[in-house]
Amino acid sequence: MKSFLLDGERISFEEGETILQAAIRAGKYIPHLCFHPEFRPHGSCKLCTVKIAGRQSASCTRLAAEGLEVESETAELNAERLLLTQMLFVEGNHFCPSCEKSGDCQLQATAYHLGMTSAHFDHFYPNRPVDASHPEYLLDFNRCILCSLCVRASRDVDNKNVFALAGRGIATHLVVNARSGKLGDTDFAATDKAASVCPVGVILKKGKGFSVPIGSRTFDKKEIGEWVDTRLKERT
Amino acid sequence: MNTLETAENPEKLRRIAIDPVSRVEGHGKVTLLLDEDNRVRQVRLHIVEFRGFEKFIQGRPYWEVPVMVQRLCGICPVSHHLAASKAMDMLLGMEKLTPAADKNRRLMHYGQILQSHALHFFHLCSPDLLFGFDSEVAKRNIVGIAAAFPEVAKKGVLLRKYGQEIIRMTAGKKIHGTGSIPGGVNKSLSKEERKALLGEIYTMVSWSLEAVGIVKQLFESNREFFENFGRFDAKSLSLVRADGAMDLYHGDLRAREIDGKKIFDHFDYRHYWDVISEDVKPWSYMKFPYLGSLGPDEGWYRVGPLARISNCDFIPTPLADRERREFLEYDDGRAAGATLGYHWARMIEMLHAAENIKDLLHDDEIEGEDLIARQGERAGRGVGVIEAPRGTLIHHYRVNEEDLVIRANLIVSTTHNNQAMNEAIRQVALQYLDGREITEGLLNHIEVAIRAFDPCLSCATHALGRMPLEIELFDCEGEKLSSASRSSEGIFLAQ
Ligand code: SF4
Ligand code: FES
Repeated sequence: MKSFLLDGERISFEEGETILQAAIRAGKYIPHLCFHPEFRPHGSCKLCTVKIAGRQSASCTRLAAEGLEVESETAELNAERLLLTQMLFVEGNHFCPSCEKSGDCQLQATAYHLGMTSAHFDHFYPNRPVDASHPEYLLDFNRCILCSLCVRASRDVDNKNVFALAGRGIATHLVVNARSGKLGDTDFAATDKAASVCPVGVILKKGKGFSVPIGSRTFDKKEIGEWVDTRLKERT
Repeated sequence: MNTLETAENPEKLRRIAIDPVSRVEGHGKVTLLLDEDNRVRQVRLHIVEFRGFEKFIQGRPYWEVPVMVQRLCGICPVSHHLAASKAMDMLLGMEKLTPAADKNRRLMHYGQILQSHALHFFHLCSPDLLFGFDSEVAKRNIVGIAAAFPEVAKKGVLLRKYGQEIIRMTAGKKIHGTGSIPGGVNKSLSKEERKALLGEIYTMVSWSLEAVGIVKQLFESNREFFENFGRFDAKSLSLVRADGAMDLYHGDLRAREIDGKKIFDHFDYRHYWDVISEDVKPWSYMKFPYLGSLGPDEGWYRVGPLARISNCDFIPTPLADRERREFLEYDDGRAAGATLGYHWARMIEMLHAAENIKDLLHDDEIEGEDLIARQGERAGRGVGVIEAPRGTLIHHYRVNEEDLVIRANLIVSTTHNNQAMNEAIRQVALQYLDGREITEGLLNHIEVAIRAFDPCLSCATHALGRMPLEIELFDCEGEKLSSASRSSEGIFLAQ
């Protein structure tokens, strides 16, 4: 079987696999947010960036190849990942203590993993109104990290196209494909794949809130690296 | 009401501002106007209330509120957590909680009373009370207490810690927990947690009893002083249980005259606005609530430990009730009307909280698994009222069909006590400052009066109980005569 080196460790891969996919399958965690094993990679968050022959590359889109020497767990790369995470924190309203996704949020868990202790930059404090028009689900746009997972899930799995990313650069934002722009005016349903893919606290089931006690939430029990591993095993 | 609220010719007077710089909740300042002979002519306590929160919560989903509101207060976030939860119970028609939920919420609340009362008394007030109000500033803090009275300090710290442990176990975290949710709780006490708490509860009860003894002794040592310091007459307001018992978690509203006559009783708090109105004054950002039927001049009242002890018919735990009777009878009821009587009443409540916790821990339902009430009929609004450590706390929300908060109104204990605190410091100014050169020790008398009601105003969590001050004296022409400041380390620097 073909293989490459990840931080000096031999990782085997199958033809067509990306570096991140092969690493996860081998139980090696590379921080990532916009990648999800069930969807085509999007390559936008750049958290999965690794170094190959002195050049940076997103491991979620870069195909594995025989003999590559890949660096991931280096002080330099982790410092950059931390910086990206901090920028995501200030760009939206991520006030963990009063967010119901706390303990189940991949952004928060990634921040813990990277040892983030403060947001470092000044907060943008966006003030985007909550969309609560749907009877069962609510959207808090202030926490969107633009990973496009809901867009991909709705389009590729649910065949609905409920979500889209609009605008460019710093103005990029999530929109709902309805004339009114309201979730309540789409055919979005609680059973949709898109209802459960958001890695942060944007797409929320109404009324659930804080029903799971502190101590029993996803990342109370597992570090994110370990969780990525179990998620994969549960799937296969 | 005494007449020091507004002086007749303020432009001719000297002005002193006591201005605490940092603040946990809101921001406060005392201003004094003096004439040439140092006679006090006007005294005002201005508190900048943090009403921004009511705006902030608009447009947020209702289930977020009980967790979000905890940002309001650094000392008793749990009171806000529970008051908001009660409001949401009402909103969802889920007021009839399961026994396990009701008991775990009560446990959380009494844990909170215990930790907050211990902090208030031992950390923030015992230095003034045990060393004297104008004792050496550098010593007048919990560190000084630990050196001079190590046993007292140790017990104070451990009582607080025990209360915090209860909060951690019931809410999930010491601060910003999530335990109470609309319609119930998300966890009950585990077997191990219950065992750990039971192991120490008898010690906590006996230490709380000793704490009551400390205040009693202080009154005995200088009865005249303790009874008259900042004394004023006032009506009282609190929740009481259906049978008239003290209940800090739930009940109906009762208000009494100073002579004990009831103004109203068993009033359903879900319509609190029918009995409580709010007055505004041009010189203060904080509102002045009053009993609507009596008008703003006559209708203001006290809330908090002193009001609660005299408002209830009895305390439903034996040791605290015995202490309550002794307190009420002490010197023909003189202690029960004293500003410093707040401390005595507070320690009786701490004892009640400890006894209550003991009973709850012996109740198997505290480990119950049925945690959420069945949903009833949804209402458009929710009102939750609780007796927080410092007094009656009202949360009121309107929520639309999409589950978003459209309006919020909060009346916190400090606001209820606004007029009462103003009265207290006016009395103190007349008693101790009038006609004298102002010193740090004298100004501390003002703070002592405020602290009897409210530790937040004393900037508790930031500065070991020392209120950082800036004091400025102005002459009749508004010329600055001198200034002095006291840093949070408690050093008084005259310039
Ligand atoms: S809503 Fe969630 S899943 Fe969709 S783009 Fe934003 S963060 Fe990603
Ligand atoms: S996970 Fe690779 S760019 Fe986001």
